[in-house]
Amino acid sequence: MPYTSWIPFAAVAVPFLVTVPIVLSSRRPNLRETWTIAAAFATVGLVVSMLPGVLDGNIPELKLFQISPAIPFTLRADPLGLFFALISSSLWLLTSFYSIGYMRGHHEHKQTRYYASFAITMAAAVGLAFSANLLTFLIFFEIMTFATYPLVIHRETPEAIAGGRKYLAYTMVGGLALLGATAWTYSLVGTLDFRPGGILTLDIPAAQHWGLFLLFCLGVGVKAGVMPFHSWLPTAMVAPTPVSALLHAVAVVKAGVFGFLRVIGFVFGTSVLLDSGAWQVLAILASITIVVGSLLALGQDHLKRRLAYSTISHLSYIVLGAALLGTTAWMGAVLHLAAHAIMKITLFFCAGAINVKTHRTLVSEMDGVGRQMPITMGAFALASIGMAGLPPIIGFTSKWHLALGVTEAGYPIFMAFLLISGLLNMAYLFPIVYRAFMIRSPHFTRFDEASWFMVIPLALTGIFSLVLGIVPNVPLQLFRLAATIAASVTGGGG
Amino acid sequence: MVPLLGAFLASVLGWYRAKLAYTVTLASVGFSLAASVTVLVDVLRNGDVQYRLGGWAPPIGIEVAIDPLSAFVAVVVTAVALIVLVPSRQLMANELPAGGGGPYASVVLLLMAGLTGIIITGDLFNLFVFLEIASLAAYALVAVGGGKATVSGFRYLILGTIGGSFYLLGVGLIYFMTGTLNMADAARLLPEVQNTTTIVAAVVLITTGLGLKMALFPLHQWLPDAYAYAPSAVSALIAPIVTKVYAYALIRMYLSVFPPSYITDVLPISTVLVILGMTGIVFGSVMAFAQQDIRRMLAYSSISQLAFIALGIGLANSLALIGAVLHIMNHAVMKACLFLAVGSIRRQAGTASIPQLAGLGRRMPLTMGAFTVGALSMIGVPPSSGFFSKWYLIQGGIDASNWAAVAVILISSLLTAVYFFKVLEKIYFGIPEHSQNEAVNEAPAILVIPTWVFAIAMVALGVVNAFVVSGILDKAIGPNWGI
Repeated sequence: MPYTSWIPFAAVAVPFLVTVPIVLSSRRPNLRETWTIAAAFATVGLVVSMLPGVLDGNIPELKLFQISPAIPFTLRADPLGLFFALISSSLWLLTSFYSIGYMRGHHEHKQTRYYASFAITMAAAVGLAFSANLLTFLIFFEIMTFATYPLVIHRETPEAIAGGRKYLAYTMVGGLALLGATAWTYSLVGTLDFRPGGILTLDIPAAQHWGLFLLFCLGVGVKAGVMPFHSWLPTAMVAPTPVSALLHAVAVVKAGVFGFLRVIGFVFGTSVLLDSGAWQVLAILASITIVVGSLLALGQDHLKRRLAYSTISHLSYIVLGAALLGTTAWMGAVLHLAAHAIMKITLFFCAGAINVKTHRTLVSEMDGVGRQMPITMGAFALASIGMAGLPPIIGFTSKWHLALGVTEAGYPIFMAFLLISGLLNMAYLFPIVYRAFMIRSPHFTRFDEASWFMVIPLALTGIFSLVLGIVPNVPLQLFRLAATIAASVTGGGG
Repeated sequence: MVPLLGAFLASVLGWYRAKLAYTVTLASVGFSLAASVTVLVDVLRNGDVQYRLGGWAPPIGIEVAIDPLSAFVAVVVTAVALIVLVPSRQLMANELPAGGGGPYASVVLLLMAGLTGIIITGDLFNLFVFLEIASLAAYALVAVGGGKATVSGFRYLILGTIGGSFYLLGVGLIYFMTGTLNMADAARLLPEVQNTTTIVAAVVLITTGLGLKMALFPLHQWLPDAYAYAPSAVSALIAPIVTKVYAYALIRMYLSVFPPSYITDVLPISTVLVILGMTGIVFGSVMAFAQQDIRRMLAYSSISQLAFIALGIGLANSLALIGAVLHIMNHAVMKACLFLAVGSIRRQAGTASIPQLAGLGRRMPLTMGAFTVGALSMIGVPPSSGFFSKWYLIQGGIDASNWAAVAVILISSLLTAVYFFKVLEKIYFGIPEHSQNEAVNEAPAILVIPTWVFAIAMVALGVVNAFVVSGILDKAIGPNWGI
């Protein structure tokens, strides 16, 4: 039962308000970073404190005020929202530590702007997670777009500014499409509430139904990097690595994917989409993205760009799972949201650590680096195994459910895409591990890891991806939560 | 009601006291604001207010009629003007030779008297009188800048007078047919004669006249020069409010004078407004992108934003009209903020050329911060107020099933982003040539504070827009607009 609680609001307000002390203490870096970390701890604490209640079906929500007549600004921590908030806030905590090591190791400029923008982006991510209706969602979605911009152009080089322009152009088109779709939905059904099972009904004319669905796909698809709207993501890799790690593997792109889950499960509803067949378009787009993204990743020598294409491909796993509309597929999609987040952040953390320590960015320069940085490359190896979908890493659990979901939906053709992409994952990640450990290089002979600020977070995420793979309910009941979400959306038993 | 008239008296007083001119101006605009707020509260509680000047009954005497809409616009206009006037002395002193400020203050009062008059009058001819007062004051204010400003003031004068004459001709035709100049009376009598050529001509003339005054594309030619060459204190005052008041006058004509069905059925006025609005939005944005002077860029952006208001009127349903009226308020606040920021830039850095703004983000962080907020609101980033006027306009477009209009509104956000980010990139990431902006400092508090008041107001108005809409605008528009 929903009950009124300030906790969801506090979880959004804390990271948002912490920007004030961050900016004020800009001349005292240690104090400034303390603020960031304190806020991250507080946010995680607030989010986790809602978990037991939500698992029992007690959903905290808060109606703040009317944004527009008849549309309230409501924050509600339903299972899916809580799931997303759990992942983004806990990974923000790790990234905050990592950022300190990375930014100081690189002697980056304008760190205050960096930490402040980071905090606003996280506030937007948590706000997005807890948005109870489309308009609230849209507001946080747009705040996120503009708060991320200073992070993308952080280096202020011509390349970074060009990347920033491209990023804005793409995400703004998405945001506007979402705005159009939101207004359209409102005029069709007169409500914008997210409800499991959807708010749209079957009596909408087919042309409007299809048009609306495609507009929504454009709206959230840009952030989710679904082809053909993906090309901002590799360009945005000019950002500092912690940004790429958290925002371009977790918060921003996952906001797009999360948007897909909301739109498919809570606006359209699975039965309406199944009836119209509009899901097929999305499933096909996602399948193409999965394979083509992997293929393109194979061709990149720049490590971060390779990871970016891999992200594009993996995001579409989630989109595909959601588009298949079945309970098991949904479960796989939701789990993969978590699995990919934790694995990809590990990979990015590793790439950043290598970059800070050795100033190398290309895959072809990685020969022997595992000898110098065994912990980093060990974590990299763990995450790579998971990305390919091999047990016992969390990536296996999610992909297994996705594969089951495909079979359940009765379209085995999609299985082929999953298998091909799994093989490609091995092809673009395993050689890096091989180079790092098996090829000897005169440059890397003795043990010399990056700062502990960086190594501990990446080791933790690496270990977590293993732990979650074996016991997915520890420590945060993610598996149970995913099952609850899937059941509520598709109306079926887990 | 009476206090509003008191404001006019104060304006006359101000004329004679050049030394205390600014104080008197501030005091009387402040008084006027207080009066408008009182009236707004009164109107919302007790219904419309009528006041007969000189005690003559309406068809013969001049009537002042205030409904929620006019009270709302009056509050917006006086509030924005008051805040802009606070730093105006500093701005004028910087850009004009000593002693140039005296006429400014008293002319501003004339302008304000004219504008409030337009807003509250219930009489067609009386509106023309106030229209001319406001316009003459505005021409004078623009021309105060000297040099090119005089020429552009003159051009403004010529085109503005043509607009005024069109309006007067239209009113003459209405009087000819109905024998009344009172708005309510005319509205009662017009349906009987609505199909005559004379009235058709009157509607066209009035629309064209007011369209010229509000710089509705393609009648906008006077605007860019006037805004760009006027002193900053003038453009910060004129740009936010003057054209908006004429837009209000246009809405008033369609709401209270002409029969509603007339606008859509007998004449394709709403279609014309929609098409002109759509073209104007795109045209203004494209031209804004091409400008090298930030004041001209803002001027073209105004043309584009006014076209939004015209589009909202033309879509002819209550949601779109709510969007249009909300945009009158939002755009007034946004433009005031942006023009004040530009005034600060001119004062501190001595330039308004976009390429020379490089590096100012570091030198004037507070001013540029407010400018950035203004830019984001112009683009329509939630939760700023600019987002919500677009939100209602889009809903109005969907309600009218006008998909092209919806698309244009959406795309315009992108276009706005393009030209504002051109400036923002320059300000924050541009590399100054020969270290020209090294010595520039932050503007004084008297400039920064009003600019930030607007910046904060933008976000605040966005957050509370539902109160404005359901509390005021629904009452102002809902009952009258039932097409």
